[in-house]
Amino acid sequence: MSSIAGQRFRVLPPQRPAGRNRPRTTREQLLTIGLFVIPGAIIYTLFLIWPIFQAGYFSLFKWNGLGVPTDFRGLENYVQAFNHDVFQQAITHSLIITVLSLVVQLPLALILSVTIGRKLPGRMIFRSIFFLPYVFSEVITAIIWGFVYHQNGMFNTIFGTIIPGYEPITWLADRNLALYAVFAVITWKYFGLHMILYMASLQQVSSEIEEAARIDGASEWQVLRFITFPMMAPTIRLTIYLSVLGSLNQFVLIWVLTAGGPANATHVLATYMYRFGIKSFNLGYGSAIAVIIFAVCLIFSVGYQRTIMHRDYAGAVE
Amino acid sequence: MNARKWLMLTLLIALLSVSAAAAQENVVVRWWHIVTTPAEFPVHMEQVANDFMAANPNVTIEITSLENEAFKERLATVMQAGDPPDLFQSWGGGVLWNYASAGLLRDITPELTADGGAWQNSFSAQAALNLFKYEDGYYGAPWNFGAVGFWYNTELFEQAGITELPATWDEFLGVVQQLKDAGITPIALGQKDKWPGHFWWVYLAIRTGGQATFEAAYTRQGSFADAPFVQAGELLNQLIALEPFQEGFLGQTYGDEAAAVGNGTAAMELMGQWAPGVQRGNSTSGEGIGDKLAWFPFPAVEGGLGTPSDVLGGGDGIAVGVNAPDAAIDFLKYFTSAEVQATHVEVMGTLPTVAEAEAGVTDPLMQTILGFRNNASYYQSYYDQFLPPAVAQAVLDAVDGLFNGVLTPEEAAQSIEDVASMEL
Repeated sequence: MSSIAGQRFRVLPPQRPAGRNRPRTTREQLLTIGLFVIPGAIIYTLFLIWPIFQAGYFSLFKWNGLGVPTDFRGLENYVQAFNHDVFQQAITHSLIITVLSLVVQLPLALILSVTIGRKLPGRMIFRSIFFLPYVFSEVITAIIWGFVYHQNGMFNTIFGTIIPGYEPITWLADRNLALYAVFAVITWKYFGLHMILYMASLQQVSSEIEEAARIDGASEWQVLRFITFPMMAPTIRLTIYLSVLGSLNQFVLIWVLTAGGPANATHVLATYMYRFGIKSFNLGYGSAIAVIIFAVCLIFSVGYQRTIMHRDYAGAVE
Repeated sequence: MNARKWLMLTLLIALLSVSAAAAQENVVVRWWHIVTTPAEFPVHMEQVANDFMAANPNVTIEITSLENEAFKERLATVMQAGDPPDLFQSWGGGVLWNYASAGLLRDITPELTADGGAWQNSFSAQAALNLFKYEDGYYGAPWNFGAVGFWYNTELFEQAGITELPATWDEFLGVVQQLKDAGITPIALGQKDKWPGHFWWVYLAIRTGGQATFEAAYTRQGSFADAPFVQAGELLNQLIALEPFQEGFLGQTYGDEAAAVGNGTAAMELMGQWAPGVQRGNSTSGEGIGDKLAWFPFPAVEGGLGTPSDVLGGGDGIAVGVNAPDAAIDFLKYFTSAEVQATHVEVMGTLPTVAEAEAGVTDPLMQTILGFRNNASYYQSYYDQFLPPAVAQAVLDAVDGLFNGVLTPEEAAQSIEDVASMEL
């Protein structure tokens, strides 16, 4: 005991005025912090911060992406974008997909997670099946669904066999249908992720409390509504966040399935940027679109985290 | 320094330079082509590369074979990153000139004009070669150039009681109606890819406006909103109103289009000289419709400024990336030589760009197209390659709007002009 105390006494710095001592330690700490932070900071700046500023700079030019931009146009690209009817449609489509994800995809995942999450025999099998689409690459998913939706594809064949007098539906060629057909694929692909998150969260819900509610006479629905769902709230808030950002950045599935067509009926923000920025060799314009997408995502992200999700970071359970 | 030291030093330098020279001699040529179907075509491309490598052991040709749409997207990305492949598929025209003006391509004029212009003069299709010329330099060379026209199924035409091929647009609409009445899908179209549909509008614009109207719009003396371009949309709408295309064509690809003709479920398609091979490759049997396949040119438009011998065409060439080694140009020269083009003709049924290889074209359909190409009064390359990329995309979108019924002919023409006024 005494030796430990003696050792401890020895490593204490010699008595010095606090004012002289503190700056030196801080400097050492800063150095340590710096050494640890700098590699990450450099990579982060180089590959994240810098491209954002670069896009902001390019967005002020009319530039074909080859060579150095010289034709300065100020905010013309932004004005042009907001006046372009296809861009306005793309914004609408992005919003439709976002809202549909929230009202269709998440409740579906929630219901499935509660159904198969606990009691069902063979739930491991169900979990794997439902999660499988999320494991596929997006391109493969889109190509498979392209076959399913094809004029002579699986859907039309099946419906044609079981429904008498069935007229084949042109799923991806119908301007009023294509966006919803695409949304169905998005749901198929991503609900599994949300379901797994909900199932993990369900493990945290104490069954004693649910049991207590049942003893007090609560119905199964009341248990879900007043006990289970509220206790899963942090996860639900997280999945809403992921779902909105995922919807706003949707690209690969749509591009491979429809390439934004027919007649721009399925363009969303990212496919619009690719089509009218990169494919048209109009990188200045594309950069302006990228900046707009970035701004939308940033505003949502910061706003949502500060108003809705902030309580989750403290570990609070409501 | 004494003599011995000098000797050592000289030896050392000599040794270094020899090894440096040896290292330089081993060159790699990266070549991207889009010949993917049917299976024997890419094999032939490999064979040509292997033959060249056997004769030039220091050269390695790395082939990347990409599907058409995938190629266009990947090329756009590497170009914007400033890293072009050494050799790559090109249709010439505005898209290529765009790369050339940005300094992404290597000027092959010295090689073309060497030996009194032997290589340059070997091309019978000078118009095709000129699509690879930007300002004073040449940046690539063509090896397969033909014309767009109607590939049709003679058996289905007979079934519908069609005895005479249409010479005018009105007659053509009559033929379409006859096929429909006989319960046959008249036309296959893969409009998801957009470029197959743009042939229709462009060919009509060539007929209604002729060379003068296009050149006026292109040089900004005129406009893409001028009457002939609007009229092209109106004529196309006459056809669209008949609903002649296979079900779901708006969401299907060129592969679906080729399959429909190759399987005999649609009577015709408007397509370039490569169509028979792609039909075979996409058909269920792998054989296409064989000798039932025939060809006729795009009909005349009465009262139009163009003539029936004005041709929409184009084809395949190879462009040279700015960092390409000399061996890449040697290979291009080899690839476009009369002997090698003769093998392209034999294996792939191409329409060669050198006169000596033309004798090898024995397929009567191909001979017809060859004659049509060589006797063109005005040869217009596809708008989606000839025009700068932004205008090209605007044309594709405008025509797509017509097929979808969301744009009027005036709006379609105006939407092209809106972009052209900024880009041309």
